[in-house]
Amino acid sequence: MTKLILGRRRLLKTMGAGVAASLASPLVFTSRSYGQEFCNNPANGRVVFGFNVPQTGSYAEEGLDQLKAYELAVKHINGEGDGGMLNTLKPLSLKGNGVLGKKVEFVTGDTQTNTDAARDGARRMIERDGAIMVTGSVTSGEAIAVQSLCQEKGVIYMAGLTHSNDTTGKDKRRYGFRHFFNAHQSGVAIAPLLAQEYGTDRRAYHLTADYTWGWTQEESIKAATEALGWETVAAVRTPLGLGDYSQYLTPVMNSGADVLILNHYGHDMVNSLPQAVQFGLRDRQANGKNFEIVVPMFSELMAVGAGEAVKGIIGTSNWHWALEDEGTKAFTKSYGEAYGSPPSQSAHTGYVQALLYADACERAGTFYPPEVIKALEGFEFDGAGNGPTLYRDADHQCFKEVLVVRGNENPTSKFDVLNVVGRTARADVTYDPTIFEGELGPYEPNQC
Amino acid sequence: MLSLSRKDVIKLAVLAAIVLTMPIWLAPFGAAYPGLMQKFVIYAIFAVGFNILFGLTGYLSFGHAAFLGVGSYTAVWSFKLLTMDIIPAMIFAIIFSGLFALVIGYFCLRRSGIYFSILTLAFAQMSYSLAYSVLTPITNGETGLLVARSDPRVIDGLLGADGMANGLPTPSLLGVSLSGYAGFYICAAFLIAAFFVSQKVFASPFGMALRGIKSNPTRMIYTGFNTKPYMLTAFVISGMFAGLAGGLLAVTDPIAGAERMKWTESGNVVLMTILGGVGTLFGPVVGAWLIKYFENIFSAINVNVLNDFFAVLPDGLQAVMVTILSKFTGEGWHLTLGLVFVLIVVFLPGGLVEGAERLIRRLRRSGRTAVKKKVVQQ
Repeated sequence: MTKLILGRRRLLKTMGAGVAASLASPLVFTSRSYGQEFCNNPANGRVVFGFNVPQTGSYAEEGLDQLKAYELAVKHINGEGDGGMLNTLKPLSLKGNGVLGKKVEFVTGDTQTNTDAARDGARRMIERDGAIMVTGSVTSGEAIAVQSLCQEKGVIYMAGLTHSNDTTGKDKRRYGFRHFFNAHQSGVAIAPLLAQEYGTDRRAYHLTADYTWGWTQEESIKAATEALGWETVAAVRTPLGLGDYSQYLTPVMNSGADVLILNHYGHDMVNSLPQAVQFGLRDRQANGKNFEIVVPMFSELMAVGAGEAVKGIIGTSNWHWALEDEGTKAFTKSYGEAYGSPPSQSAHTGYVQALLYADACERAGTFYPPEVIKALEGFEFDGAGNGPTLYRDADHQCFKEVLVVRGNENPTSKFDVLNVVGRTARADVTYDPTIFEGELGPYEPNQC
Repeated sequence: MLSLSRKDVIKLAVLAAIVLTMPIWLAPFGAAYPGLMQKFVIYAIFAVGFNILFGLTGYLSFGHAAFLGVGSYTAVWSFKLLTMDIIPAMIFAIIFSGLFALVIGYFCLRRSGIYFSILTLAFAQMSYSLAYSVLTPITNGETGLLVARSDPRVIDGLLGADGMANGLPTPSLLGVSLSGYAGFYICAAFLIAAFFVSQKVFASPFGMALRGIKSNPTRMIYTGFNTKPYMLTAFVISGMFAGLAGGLLAVTDPIAGAERMKWTESGNVVLMTILGGVGTLFGPVVGAWLIKYFENIFSAINVNVLNDFFAVLPDGLQAVMVTILSKFTGEGWHLTLGLVFVLIVVFLPGGLVEGAERLIRRLRRSGRTAVKKKVVQQ
């Protein structure tokens, strides 16, 4: 009951202010005339973060997990709870009393795993609720759509889980930042282990989710495996949200391929991987070798969903709760105490993003977006669970270790589904920003 | 040609007044921000257009979202290739969705009743799949079509304008940027114009012919009337309204995604029209607002908000109220909407507009009887 009361008190404040804000909203007409220097300036108001994640739809599970982590982050920033990564993050300007002396409040939105709804939610947060920063996503489609909206509005967007190269490549924006790793880094990280486990003379067949993330992952993994000496037999696009993959799996058998690469995520992977295993693909011999399946991008929640089928499958991850460093331990502990289960990588990236934004404001000494952006660009930090990490200024992509994971053969609990089998050093996954097109755009904030 | 009956002029004036004062009267409902008000107005246009087909002819199309999508994609391509000015974008959005409606209508209108509905649904689902995964070079699939700084924009290039506000391509009307409230008022102007067109259609001999087809197509044919071209015209007009709405969606937020063409969107416009009142002028507008309000505001009410709302009650009672009501708000908003829909269809088959009319009639009657009583007493 105490938890409930705490929540209520905080919400009472939010609601009161919310009512005041909505009553005052006709005044938006005049807000320009008295010179608000940027969108939702909290100088004489509240500091509101907007958490925009899928709470319904096919990525809802990961979205809800991310949302829980955001709520935890707000608590820690405001000095409640055990502080979590505030104790391990270095360097750190936050003092545990909110941001620049103001307590942080938040509003939430449901993106419904749908780009239109994601933009609607973000607009509500920015135009009505006065959000100074929007964060959260589980698909790259959402992330890219909201990121471009936030650039138009002059509000900083801290992307959640998004793995497409385009988020910080072709579609990068000055107001968008990504902590999560991307498909290109997955390709670089997974290649050595694939060579070691499966050799350099393989024939790969790709099944790819047909949208921005799938395309870029297919491209990156293809490039990485072909560099090993593998041959790509075919790359077939599958529509998103398909339930039955048999029509796509049958041709794999007679294609002469001996590795199936599933560029699927979320529900797609939860369906396609078990079906591929049920097809008997992993018991087959092809070209005199054991047939193998690779899922280049893995998450704990997916692995739990796919059940038995995931055992022994190789993939990459941004982060894993069982890592041994201080940041991971601190975060896993406070998350576990609050919610009773270990956090997923989706929760982790959201949590870190919220802290990094708050810290950048504190360091910049202002909420003025161009200054905050400059504080984040080129920021080098440690203690967030991934070792030394750099927010590169050229494309707003974080550079850090990438984990290579493998489905656990003998899980000891229902959360113990993935083993970390390798780490690819930051230097190895760092790439030249000019390999992707796109430009960041201007610093100057828009009025919203 | 532009004249209206006195009654219609009043209706138009009332609508204009209601729409233009939205920023004021929506404020207490927490809906007075440009993003949502633009949606209110745009979906009202969509529903008004749908009503021209469904309300006048009784043909229930389950695929109208396809035209909305075509309108959006066309407008965004116009932003990408020609200019960030909205005039060509709107013109092309209306023309392309009209052409698309012509083709689809030509096939679907060979059947009537449920077969027509299923055919439109099939075509719309096909268009959705095409947009989602086959025509990805044109539609950019699930990500949605975005405008970029590096797009060609031929006309802007010729005129030396770059269509950029603060370095970003922003839709504009003759150089005036259309973000926020400006975008809302443009959409509101389009809604008032669309409402006017719909009034003209309802009042015209063409509208009468459509009503005739609705009440008895066989008799219309026996009186020497060729119903086909009339039906097709109504279908194309309502498709163009949908295209206009789709174009405006792209104007207020320059992105076009395939979800806009999904069958649930087509179903939504049917709900909007029925909720408000089929065949009435105001009905679809009211229905569109109600559904969009539910979708955006009601769905954001979560357990915490409810807890806060019932904080005055004693703890036990509060928990009970919150547990019950939380099933109907937030993620459960569809449930509430469904209940409202059932209640309206059962008790007010004419939709909310019928409800309002009944209310007014009752008030008048009681007013009149009161006057009579007074007279008698005297």
